[in-house]
Amino acid sequence: MAAIRYRFLLSLLALISLSFFPLSSHAQESPYIVTYDHYLEEPGNLEIEYFSTFGTQRAGNNFHAFWTEFEYGVNAWWTTELYLDGQTTFHDSTIFTGVKWENRFRPLKHEHFVNPVLYVEFENKNGADKILKEGEGHDIEADFLTPNAEARREHIHEIELKLLLSSTVKGWNFAENILAAKDLSHSPWEFGYAIGASRPLGLKGSATPCSFCRQNFVVGAEMYGGLGDRNHFGLRDTSHYLAPALAWNLPSGWTIRVSPGFGLNDNSHRFLMRWGLSREISGFGSMVAKLFRSGQ
Amino acid sequence: MKSCIAALALSVVFLVVSQALAQGSGGAAKEKPKESVYAEILKAPEKARAKRNPLETDPQAVAAGRILFEQHCSECHGGSAAGGKKGPNLRVEEIQSATPGAIFWVLTNGVVRRGMPVWSKLPEPQRWQLVVYLKSLGVQPFTPPQ
Repeated sequence: MAAIRYRFLLSLLALISLSFFPLSSHAQESPYIVTYDHYLEEPGNLEIEYFSTFGTQRAGNNFHAFWTEFEYGVNAWWTTELYLDGQTTFHDSTIFTGVKWENRFRPLKHEHFVNPVLYVEFENKNGADKILKEGEGHDIEADFLTPNAEARREHIHEIELKLLLSSTVKGWNFAENILAAKDLSHSPWEFGYAIGASRPLGLKGSATPCSFCRQNFVVGAEMYGGLGDRNHFGLRDTSHYLAPALAWNLPSGWTIRVSPGFGLNDNSHRFLMRWGLSREISGFGSMVAKLFRSGQ
Repeated sequence: MKSCIAALALSVVFLVVSQALAQGSGGAAKEKPKESVYAEILKAPEKARAKRNPLETDPQAVAAGRILFEQHCSECHGGSAAGGKKGPNLRVEEIQSATPGAIFWVLTNGVVRRGMPVWSKLPEPQRWQLVVYLKSLGVQPFTPPQ
């Protein structure tokens, strides 16, 4: 019963937040779900995102992992983001799996051929986390076989650092991410990667407002996986995925993303079906500031 | 349930802190909006300034640029581009007399330290459409909202 309440609360929180604010901004979102490009949230805007991942599991139960993101543009060089994660393992249970706090910093003032962004994240999660938001270390499909009741007893406090590199050339975006993660209680540093390429179907803007114009659709593909750890660096005992991706940016401020992912080796889940719904609320910071000012 | 409460508490804290920081940097920008933002356009390299707008004669460019402006720029610069809550008036001599290439350069690079994000995520033709629209507006002095 408590499990169903978690899932219900998480979805309800996302939906209420998404529909509560009337001011929305047309987003130009990339289709990536794992890979990051170098674009940060616009200052003062809040983007609320809900994502689902359905995953197949050999020798075990399939699962549906879900998470909600609250992404806020503090200023033009800093974006901060809060994640709330959960999962349902079929024929097992639904549980809340953790919280993440992510920060992205843009160190350079101007655009360059390759644009770096520094990423720092703190994770407070349990061992039942299945959102697969990144590939790291020696994480493999068999790790997901542990029943929820047992897996949730493991508490993980992890710090994750990423170097995000991204270029935009003639409408194409190319992004490369390098990851290093450290469980603060034990285990060595773990490594991972994600790469992606994407492009809008149309480059010119339309002279009339439209939902189905080609420029509202961005297509691409991403590939991600683990690179072992400090003691055993490399591709051995790691999982890797390739995922085509599509984003549909609606003029109303909503973005829909769909991305079927395919495991590339025997250590990977065979199939991951991901989708997401997000909405950007412009001027959220000003709205909050107004609340504080009117209280004075 | 404890984690849920902790998450909500954490989100409130981070929202308040980030809001305070954002307001702080906004205040600094308000003190010298003209020098900081308009000065940036003068920093456009000669090569960028000399770039021709490939959509200058495109009959659809103004209408498309207006839609893009409403979607991405009006929140800060105001619906008529004459200045808004955060962004300066774009209908001033400094902008209207700038070359299309210089405006395109500022759009592409942003004025990151002063709060304007980079807009290179908009494909080049859309940035040129925005430039055509901005140049079509002409000069209008800022009138503060009543």
